[in-house]
Amino acid sequence: MPQFYGTELRSRLLLGTARYPSPAILAEAVRRSGTDIVTVSLRRETAGGRQRGAFFELIRELGVRVLPNTAGCHSVSEAVLTAKMAREVFSTDWIKLEVIGHHDTLQPDVFGLVEAARILTGEGFDVFPYTTDDLVVAERLLGAGCNVLMPWCAPIGSAMGPQNLPGLRAMRAEFPDVPLIVDAGIGRPSHAATVMEFGYDAVLLNTAVAGAADPAAMAAAFAAAIEAGHMAYHAGMLEPRDMAVPSTPVIGKAVFS
Amino acid sequence: MKLTINGEEHELPAATLAEALALLEYEGDWLATAVNGELVHRADRENHHLRDRDRIEVLSPMQGG
Repeated sequence: MPQFYGTELRSRLLLGTARYPSPAILAEAVRRSGTDIVTVSLRRETAGGRQRGAFFELIRELGVRVLPNTAGCHSVSEAVLTAKMAREVFSTDWIKLEVIGHHDTLQPDVFGLVEAARILTGEGFDVFPYTTDDLVVAERLLGAGCNVLMPWCAPIGSAMGPQNLPGLRAMRAEFPDVPLIVDAGIGRPSHAATVMEFGYDAVLLNTAVAGAADPAAMAAAFAAAIEAGHMAYHAGMLEPRDMAVPSTPVIGKAVFS
Repeated sequence: MKLTINGEEHELPAATLAEALALLEYEGDWLATAVNGELVHRADRENHHLRDRDRIEVLSPMQGG
């Protein structure tokens, strides 16, 4: 099973907690997904506010590991401070590091990402960087102390699925021993199966599950697809051929005329 | 003294961060606080003395992807 920063996990699916129709449906989706990591965020609390406490309790009751994120941070200083505040709340060194560089595409600011990663790993954080499929950036992130990489496969929430298949394959080939998680852009289980067939270690999902008509059923569908893709990678798949190859042996075929 | 808390201006008779949080009825072990861009740990709030025009952020867990 995959290991992230020395922690062995039971599932290859990481699940976001946003946009579900209700807390009960979120809890059911987490259960059906089989995940043991959920992502959460931090936002301003209103004075006298109590609702967030209920969400915090729900997450605690799920009995899964929490991977806090720095979603929405557009600068290194914002992301670093948010990471420190998340560690205070969730008592974990894990942080999904996002430094957003573009308002429309939510493309990561990879320059700020590397800088923030260096600062945070220096302060003892286990950084899960939300990055692109750029190999040079990936190398810099590893140099900054990251031991996991989380490339997007399409813009966050777009459901477009993998847009750069050769790029994702190259990343797997270039970093065979680094845990790789596809984060963002997955829309359907076949997308998840595709990247798992490339040998990715895990997939992080949110909108594709939360936005489904039946989120809990979709969580189960993704879990099955991710497992199938992973098994297929290790089973060794055929490469496509240009010509037909009969699957039934020709030898011993009857001659009727 | 004048304080900016989560982007809103407040006039509060609070000497410490813990007092400011109590006056605004912030409570719970799920809060994280920062003053002027620096984290203030939960255990340090009682001893963190505020100054006029300090900028305070109070964050809590929320759904995220």
